[in-house]
Amino acid sequence: MQIYLPIADLPVNVFLVLGMGLAVGYISGMFGIGGGFLMTPLLIFIGISPAVAVATVSSHIAASSFTGAISYWRKRALDIALAMMLLSAGILGTATGVWLFTELRALDQLDLMIGLSYVTLLTVVGAMMIYESVRAIMRTRHGMPADLRRPGSHTWLHGLPFKLRFKRSKIYVSAIPVWAIGFVIGFVGAIMGIGGGFLLVPMLIYFLRVPTATVIGTSMVLTLVTMASATVMHAATNHLVDAVLALILMVGGVIGAQFGARTGQKMRGERLRLLLGLLVFAVGCRFAYELVVRPDDLYSLRYVAGE
Amino acid sequence: MRRLLITFAFVAMVVDTHTARAERLVVSLSNHRVAVTSNFTGEELVLFGTIEPQPAGSPLRPPYDLVVTVSGPRLTLRARRKERMLGIWVNADSREFVGVPSYLAVLSNRPVNNIANQDTLRRLQIGLDNFLLPQRIGADLADTVRDEPFRRAFVRLQTQQKLYRESPTAVTFLTPTVFRAAIPIPAAVPTGTYNIDVELFANGTLVTRTNSALEVIKTGFEQYVADAARDHGLLYGTVTALMALVIGWFASVVFARD
Repeated sequence: MQIYLPIADLPVNVFLVLGMGLAVGYISGMFGIGGGFLMTPLLIFIGISPAVAVATVSSHIAASSFTGAISYWRKRALDIALAMMLLSAGILGTATGVWLFTELRALDQLDLMIGLSYVTLLTVVGAMMIYESVRAIMRTRHGMPADLRRPGSHTWLHGLPFKLRFKRSKIYVSAIPVWAIGFVIGFVGAIMGIGGGFLLVPMLIYFLRVPTATVIGTSMVLTLVTMASATVMHAATNHLVDAVLALILMVGGVIGAQFGARTGQKMRGERLRLLLGLLVFAVGCRFAYELVVRPDDLYSLRYVAGE
Repeated sequence: MRRLLITFAFVAMVVDTHTARAERLVVSLSNHRVAVTSNFTGEELVLFGTIEPQPAGSPLRPPYDLVVTVSGPRLTLRARRKERMLGIWVNADSREFVGVPSYLAVLSNRPVNNIANQDTLRRLQIGLDNFLLPQRIGADLADTVRDEPFRRAFVRLQTQQKLYRESPTAVTFLTPTVFRAAIPIPAAVPTGTYNIDVELFANGTLVTRTNSALEVIKTGFEQYVADAARDHGLLYGTVTALMALVIGWFASVVFARD
């Protein structure tokens, strides 16, 4: 069944898009991430322009992270105070990202920027996750506990001023790294059309020593707000959010996420991280391949203005 | 390179309306309005026509050749060429095509190159090779020779999108003076007014011409969404974001029990 997308200006198969929403939703529910880094390339692959894909995916991620956030809220596994601190910087980051997105689009280098950011982020983060989870798996093999005591609980980050106490997460840290992380996530999310969950979770764990119990719920609140505001900002500045496409993706996404969450809860933490690391790394390599290998067509067209 | 460029001096076709003509074209389009609805996947319109003697009773001189040129709303597109820089492929050189048709179909009963000579075709802008596609070159607007790489790539990409086409079989003569032309409207066409130019040739010269038009419009919901996104971006974005929240909340309620 074909349906015409009013902003993307092309017809797509409803069941194909719904299926993509389901599949990505399943993965995002399983790993507690938004899944934007998978959805954006998929949309581009079926012929939707990168700019429309990035803008529309943000609303899809907002929907699936809201579902997730509600269930973590019920389990009291999210730190609202920490989320609010991250957010105050996250919104600023998103606004900067949307602005740069508009500028780069005018300069014809948006595709390159999106491609390069994907390669760098995904391969680096993917490799780090693989390394970390393989070590954890090896440790359990040798009969040691998988989760080591947080090593060296104090880093230079803890020496910074403006210290704040976050009761739910039981941490006492400076506001500076919290703001920096929030800004980076908001910025990266707006440029790349990703929620940044796969970045935020390791950052919170390794830099701020946020306990695993509250980290995913907190990251989902942040993802929700940055992506919802990215949707509004993309719609207001670039007019590229396709509500029909977003609706189909959301419906598929939230259903998939519910089933994915169940699978995820049955799996061991380090196995889950290894799988996610492999997935992230593979997507990164796919993008690297595209940038390095001579494209089939050296020419491309872009709309400048109507009359 | 510049030397090869033909300056954008629009050679207006002067049709001498005073001399008595022996033919007149009467055309009719199957549908003047194409509505883009949610299940729009493209459409084919049919243009019917006859060649009438004028004044009535004057002799006709078949065989005739007929070219139908359909051009969509004008827009500006940028063609970009990727080049290898520091090991990766980036958009380097680019060229802007200003005020070119978003849709261009050249439909004829045989290849246009067999219908008239090159000069005539160029003057009348018949065929994808001869249609004026002005590029911004410095401060100037000019069309280039047909083999210029950017122009060739532009026509090729638009043809791949099914937006440009040259079909030497789309016009059929049912009798020596009655013809039909199939005008394909693919799913991805932009909305707006499409001009249809019909040109009749006999012995390699233009005998007469006429024109018509069709309109592609978004209707109902599609129109509403597209207008809202363009005119009320902030409100549209807010509604989309709220929709995300409602669906997210709804899913968590539906799946909450287990």
